[in-house]
Amino acid sequence: MMKLETLPRRAVSVGLAGLSLALIAAFGDPEHFWPSYLFAHLFWLGLSIGSAAVVMLHHLTGGRWGFAIRRVLEAGARTIPLMAVLFVPIFFGLSHLYEWTHAEVVAADEVLRHKSRYLNVPFFSLRAVLYFVVWIALAHLVTKWSYGQDRTGDPRLSQRIRTLAGPGLVLYGGTITFAAVDWVMSLEPHWYSTIYGIKFILGQVLTAFAAAILLAAWLSRTRPLSEIATSDAFHDLGNLLLAFVMLWAYVTFSQFLIIWSGNLPEEIPWYLRRTQGRWEVVAGLMVVFHFLIPFLLLLSRAVKRNVRTLAALSGMILIMRVVDLYWIIMPAFEERGIGLHWSNAAAFFGIGGLWFALWAREAARHELIPVHDLGGLGERASHG
Amino acid sequence: MSERTDLYGLLAEFDAPEKVVAAAQRAYAEGYRQMDAYTPFPVEGLAEAIGFHRTRLPMIVLLGGLFGGALGYALLYYAEVIDYPLIVGGKPFHSWPAFIPIVFETTIFFAALSAVLGMLALNGLPMPYHPVFNVPRFALASRDRFFLLIEARDPKFDREATRRFLEALGADGVWEVEP
Repeated sequence: MMKLETLPRRAVSVGLAGLSLALIAAFGDPEHFWPSYLFAHLFWLGLSIGSAAVVMLHHLTGGRWGFAIRRVLEAGARTIPLMAVLFVPIFFGLSHLYEWTHAEVVAADEVLRHKSRYLNVPFFSLRAVLYFVVWIALAHLVTKWSYGQDRTGDPRLSQRIRTLAGPGLVLYGGTITFAAVDWVMSLEPHWYSTIYGIKFILGQVLTAFAAAILLAAWLSRTRPLSEIATSDAFHDLGNLLLAFVMLWAYVTFSQFLIIWSGNLPEEIPWYLRRTQGRWEVVAGLMVVFHFLIPFLLLLSRAVKRNVRTLAALSGMILIMRVVDLYWIIMPAFEERGIGLHWSNAAAFFGIGGLWFALWAREAARHELIPVHDLGGLGERASHG
Repeated sequence: MSERTDLYGLLAEFDAPEKVVAAAQRAYAEGYRQMDAYTPFPVEGLAEAIGFHRTRLPMIVLLGGLFGGALGYALLYYAEVIDYPLIVGGKPFHSWPAFIPIVFETTIFFAALSAVLGMLALNGLPMPYHPVFNVPRFALASRDRFFLLIEARDPKFDREATRRFLEALGADGVWEVEP
């Protein structure tokens, strides 16, 4: 069995190998490299900020479910600075990614001319910096106070995090909505969807939730996490996972139904691109593996209470999250003849390796359970 | 054994939820099966302690939901394809994506309806008369007392032996319940 302490070194080697391959693609085949890099970055960034969002959600609402995955998620939130550094290369690839960066394209297109006050490189860059400042500040404060409580045991720190969590979630919702519009929706700048922000929020929260269950299941094989990550805890987490799977399906279907009903020339091409040829198979796979199977299995009490089945199901949802993001991003480039390419995997494992290395380092540096903030669980644990 | 027709059962009173759970477990271990428990709030583990393990309600709700979904789809198909075909937005008559919201609603509606009706059918409510209310102190079951009832129709029931058994379990009082 792999140990948390040895994970960083292995993950770094995977990450560096992946990024080296990606670097070869960056110079040899930039048209394929940049979509790959954007896709990979947005998946791992979603895991980081999704983790921060779930941590804040738990501080705000409380409840037994959150304590078992709190430290896993906090370590995830600590990776946001790494993701900010890894975002810097994207500024150099904007002309490969976004058609609205080309002055002659914008000049010839009335819609893009009207949008150019928002969609221009300086303002785009300023906004990106602002999003990362907000996310890093929120994640830093929430985790710093929570780790600090391990040393001091000061209950006022919990209160302070809770006070920040409310406005923090509002800021997260606002920034991620704009970020999704800037970085993904503007890949097809004529198209728009007003439910896009919440679709990304739920995607990220679901990603973070599934990953946290998987990692907590792994870490709960030994003490100290095994003391609080019981079948009761996984039962609660399974119920919430079901809720997020349903919410994701709800907003995803809502966007589809409205655009499908309207059938308007500026909206429907987004779905035409994503339901023709091989993409139709991908869309079908998502209905089955991202919704139907998790939904039906998570109705069962036995599946949720069994750590192994719940972890396996979370792994499947995580894979489907990758597929969903790929399905959202990649068809935008298809008209330029860009399809499945080895650089997709190189960038994905490159960034993912570094992500896991930092995650494991942060997770190993602190207690795996928030020892002074356990709600009713602390009493139960100390009384045997 | 000596089953008397003038007795519905024996009602034991406890002052704490843990006590009634422990008493129910002991009574079950002793062989009593015709039991019921009454508490002011849901007590964890009590249903299992009196031998109530499975309820058929989830299955009823599932079947109700599936029926509702099928009914909704059949209704829409009949209306849109057979009875009154109308071209809307240039779409085919059998436009299933448009059916989904309504099928979802009828699924939820029939699932909720079968949950309420199934619950009433299984627990026998509304019940205008129940013998336990003949014990004046039973009113405390909705305030701060916890009751365990062993019915006289239980094969192991014996007026004196069962009374001694319940008193030995630490009951604050044991009352005879008139039928």
